[in-house]
Amino acid sequence: MQLKIQYYALMREQAGRSEERLETSAATPADLYGELMARHGFTLPPQQLKVAVNGEFSDWSHRLRAGDAVVFIPPVAGG
Amino acid sequence: MHFRFTDTAIDSAGARRELLDLGAGGYASFEGWVRDHNEGLEVTRLEYEAFQELALKEGERIVADALRRFAVKHALCIHRVGTLALGDMAVWVGVSSAHRGEAFDACRFIIDEVKHRVPIWKKEHYRNGDSGWVNCERCAAAPNHAHDHDHGHPVEPALLTTRE
Repeated sequence: MQLKIQYYALMREQAGRSEERLETSAATPADLYGELMARHGFTLPPQQLKVAVNGEFSDWSHRLRAGDAVVFIPPVAGG
Repeated sequence: MHFRFTDTAIDSAGARRELLDLGAGGYASFEGWVRDHNEGLEVTRLEYEAFQELALKEGERIVADALRRFAVKHALCIHRVGTLALGDMAVWVGVSSAHRGEAFDACRFIIDEVKHRVPIWKKEHYRNGDSGWVNCERCAAAPNHAHDHDHGHPVEPALLTTRE
């Protein structure tokens, strides 16, 4: 299935893009992050990230569906 | 709308006017400014970036929560994005309420929650030419990450760094 993945901050720089469409068999955000770590060399371990699916916080075991928009959220630093 | 972003200077005087209420006996505000140093390094400028779709929802939830929890009249938070110079205002929070205590409490609650929950990232640029994403670079711990510099960070994520 195809997913849309958007990147921000450190992960945008490490991926060298702000978004991509990816054909994947990853069933969950946890599977997907494993695949993307290998693909882009992300340095942040998943324990330090949150995940959002379709613009809302989600969890690592959420069942992904074709067309979902996924964002991995590095440690935030607003203010 | 109680939470918003701007890519130009925050108009705090205008924002304050949005909180005026004849039932309010007081008003408290907080301004976060770009500081010239962090953790021993000289900072020259900052960049803020947000996942706005979710940040707006989460920011709105925080302010709505503050309005309920502290029973204040009005509250608003505005956060800058883009490149900021030293001394620029990065974030503004304002609260009006019948009495001062709730105004201070709600203001503190909002800025603390925004810093910890809203997907906003800050990249610092340093005098020495380096740059780094606050709370990210120092806790990155991939097995193949060459640790050729000692920055003495704790093992747990440095999520609670505060700098306002």
